Amino acid sequence: MAKFFAITIVIIAILSAIPILRHTWVAPEDISTHGYLIDEQMSETMAEAGLAFLAAQFILALFIWQFSNRSPDAKIKKFPGGAKGLVIAAFLVVGVEVLALGVFGVKAWANVYLNAPSADAMPIQVQAGQFAFYFRYPGPDKMFGGIHPEMINEGTQNIFGLDPEHDVAARDDVVTASMAIPVNKEVHLLMHAKDVGHSFFVRELRVQQDFVPGLDVSLHFTATKVGKYEIVCTQLCGLGHYNMKAYLEVMSQPDFDNWLKQQSGQ
Amino acid sequence: MRNHRIVVVLVATLVFPAMLFAGSISGKVTYTGTPVKPKPIDMSKEPSCAKQHAAPVTTETIVTGAGNTLENVVVYISSGAPDDGQVPAQAVTFDQKGCQYLPHVLAMHVNQELKIVNGDQTSHNIHPLAKVNREWNKSQPPGTPPLSEKYDKPEFISVKCNIHPWMHGEFAVLNTNHFDVSKDGGAFKLPNLPAGKYTITAWHEDYGTQTAEVTITGNETKEVNFTFKAKAY
Repeated sequence: MAKFFAITIVIIAILSAIPILRHTWVAPEDISTHGYLIDEQMSETMAEAGLAFLAAQFILALFIWQFSNRSPDAKIKKFPGGAKGLVIAAFLVVGVEVLALGVFGVKAWANVYLNAPSADAMPIQVQAGQFAFYFRYPGPDKMFGGIHPEMINEGTQNIFGLDPEHDVAARDDVVTASMAIPVNKEVHLLMHAKDVGHSFFVRELRVQQDFVPGLDVSLHFTATKVGKYEIVCTQLCGLGHYNMKAYLEVMSQPDFDNWLKQQSGQ
Repeated sequence: MRNHRIVVVLVATLVFPAMLFAGSISGKVTYTGTPVKPKPIDMSKEPSCAKQHAAPVTTETIVTGAGNTLENVVVYISSGAPDDGQVPAQAVTFDQKGCQYLPHVLAMHVNQELKIVNGDQTSHNIHPLAKVNREWNKSQPPGTPPLSEKYDKPEFISVKCNIHPWMHGEFAVLNTNHFDVSKDGGAFKLPNLPAGKYTITAWHEDYGTQTAEVTITGNETKEVNFTFKAKAY
């Protein structure tokens, strides 16, 4: 019975590794310049965790196979030096592994968060609120108008609380409910939440960033492929969370210019 | 038999003058200046609503008609006609259709039944921002029966949907049955007014209120017009 159990464990472990080794479930296409680093990091993590998992299962099976049918009189062997050495060894191995993942991961992380965006990156503001994303482009004057939270009024579509009456910079700001960006152009995203925590996730962009109420979060990326992608909120934000999404359209530069013109003309 | 006839005549003399000599007030609401252009509403995140609109939906805070007329203005008798206390038996209906509130402005009597219908294939969470009355918000998944509510104090209440931020409407809960909401062409009409001196108030959600004094004698129809000053922003 124990041998059967040991063999079952080995079979389950091998079977569960097959789809991963064969890449049965691949990640969605990467459309960003930094995404390959994230993907590499994910594969490295998967390889390390996978090897550790397989090793643990095989050792477990081996012990079951070897020691389950011991006679009750057999003497229990002790690990020389007790458990102390083992614990220290495990601590070191796991610690080094986690540390290594972090160190190697910095290059992916730094590209998005630690390095400043280039000077000609296109700024887009994104505001998350229950339960929609809204985007703001600075318009021809390249300046965002100031935000006045007390003036926010969704009924009149003053989503960001702009004051065009007194604030000239706000007059040409373009506010949209879907996001468009030109392809192969760096985008500098300025994010803030109107109410509670939200998250900005575009899986093809390999970007997932939380909105934290009270914080202005900034990140930058470059999309490399024209197409329509989904932006979803991945931070449980309330009743309508399931329905909180918007679309990202990556366009050629002329298409984008037209789109922006259309949006501002309205 | 004779007594019967006397009663009929008595009732007739009491009731008919009120009807015969019932006056009415009608008029138009207009604006001066340049109002804000309605802004388009992007409903792409809610495809079941977006596909119900062939033309893009726009904001309804300022709805204007030909000849500088202004719609969605609540015109009502604010003093002069004591409230007869009669709550209309019929409910008023507030529909949620295509992720919009229909009508945009809904006037009702205090304690009148308010039916809230979800005609959409998506959930709504209606949230009237009452300050004098009790504030509540209620979820309404598609296919659920209408909600039945009422307000027991007069108040103008902004209504929003907690799921679709662009949805916006107004409730006007009034202490009178003499009210109207200006429609296409800015026209309104307050019929069945007995002789008397009245204060009429016109309320617009963005432009505020205006009042006018009107004296009705007999069964005349008085014309009263209101002109609001449009805001450029």
